[in-house]
Amino acid sequence: MAKLINRVESRFFSIAENVALSRVMVAAVAAPLDLLLSQLDEIKVAVSEAVSNAIIHGYEGRADELVGLAIEHWEDRLTIRIKDNGVGIQNIAEAMEPNFSSCGDRMGLGFAFMNSFMDKLEVFSEIGKGTEVILTKMLQEETTESNKG
Amino acid sequence: MQYRFKKEGGILYVQTEGEIDMSMCDEWRDAIDNELGRSGLRNIVFDVTSVSFIDSSGLGVILGRYRKLLARGGKVAVKGANEQVYKILLLSGLAKIMEVSPACKQAVNRVGGIL
Ligand SMILES: Nc1ncnc2c1ncn2[C@@H]1O[C@H](COP(=O)(O)OP(=O)(O)O)[C@@H](O)[C@H]1O
Ligand SMILES: [Mg+2]
Repeated sequence: MAKLINRVESRFFSIAENVALSRVMVAAVAAPLDLLLSQLDEIKVAVSEAVSNAIIHGYEGRADELVGLAIEHWEDRLTIRIKDNGVGIQNIAEAMEPNFSSCGDRMGLGFAFMNSFMDKLEVFSEIGKGTEVILTKMLQEETTESNKG
Repeated sequence: MQYRFKKEGGILYVQTEGEIDMSMCDEWRDAIDNELGRSGLRNIVFDVTSVSFIDSSGLGVILGRYRKLLARGGKVAVKGANEQVYKILLLSGLAKIMEVSPACKQAVNRVGGIL
C-alpha cells in the first residue's frame, strides 16, 4: 500500500469567498508534487466545482454551515475530499449527468468537469445527511519527469 | 476579480481580471446586464486576457448573456483566453456556439463582421 506523505484537513464556513481559499490550499499542498501547471489548473477547477456545490446546493446558500476539505498526498496519488452536511443528493447518477442541474440558471457541468479533470470521482450522499465528493489524481512517473525537463 | 466596461463600435467590452468563480458571479452578471440595458448594445466581447481562472459559475454568466443577446439578434465572443480558460470553454461546448479566441484580434473581427 502506498505511503501517506501529507494530510491537511480544514473546515470552513459555507461562504463564497472560501471557494478561492480551497483552491489556494489545494495548490499549496500540491506544490511539491511537480505537477504540470495545466494539471494544477485542472485540479483547481475540480475543487472549485465541488466546494461551490457544497455551498450552493448542499447548504442552499446558508453561510454559517461547515464545509470540510481534506487533502491527502499519497506516494502515488493526490486525494481531495469535500464534505458537507447539507440536503444530500436524491439521485446521484442523474446529478452527475453532464448538463443536469436542479437549479435553472446553472450549467450542470460541475460534475462533468470533476470527471474530466480528475482520474477518479466518487460521490457519496444521503438525503438529509449530506454529501462527500472524493477527487483523485494519480501521480505518474512520466508526468513528474516531463515537468523537470 | 475586477472588471470594467468599454463601449466601442456597437460592442460592449467586458474587461475582467483575476479569478472568476461563484463569489463574484452575481455582481458581475448584474453589472453586465445593467450596462447592456443602459447602452442598448446587443454585442459583447468578453476580454479575458487577464483572467487567470474560471469555473462553471463564470461560464454560466457568459452563456446566460449569449442566450439573452441571441434573442435580440446580438452576438457574444470571448477573447484572450489563457490555456485553462480556453480548455473549459472548449469542454463546455461554449466554443461551439460562440467565437472563442486566445488571440485578441480574431474574436473582435468575428463579432465586428456580423454587425
Ligand atoms: N453537495 C451537493 N449537495 C446537494 N446536491 C448537490 C451537491 N452537489 C451537486 N448536487 C446536485 O447535483 C446537480 C449537478 O451538479 P453540477 O454538475 O455541479 O451542476 P450545477 O452546480 O451547475 O447544478 C446540482 O444541480 C445539484 O442538484
Ligand atoms: Mg456545480
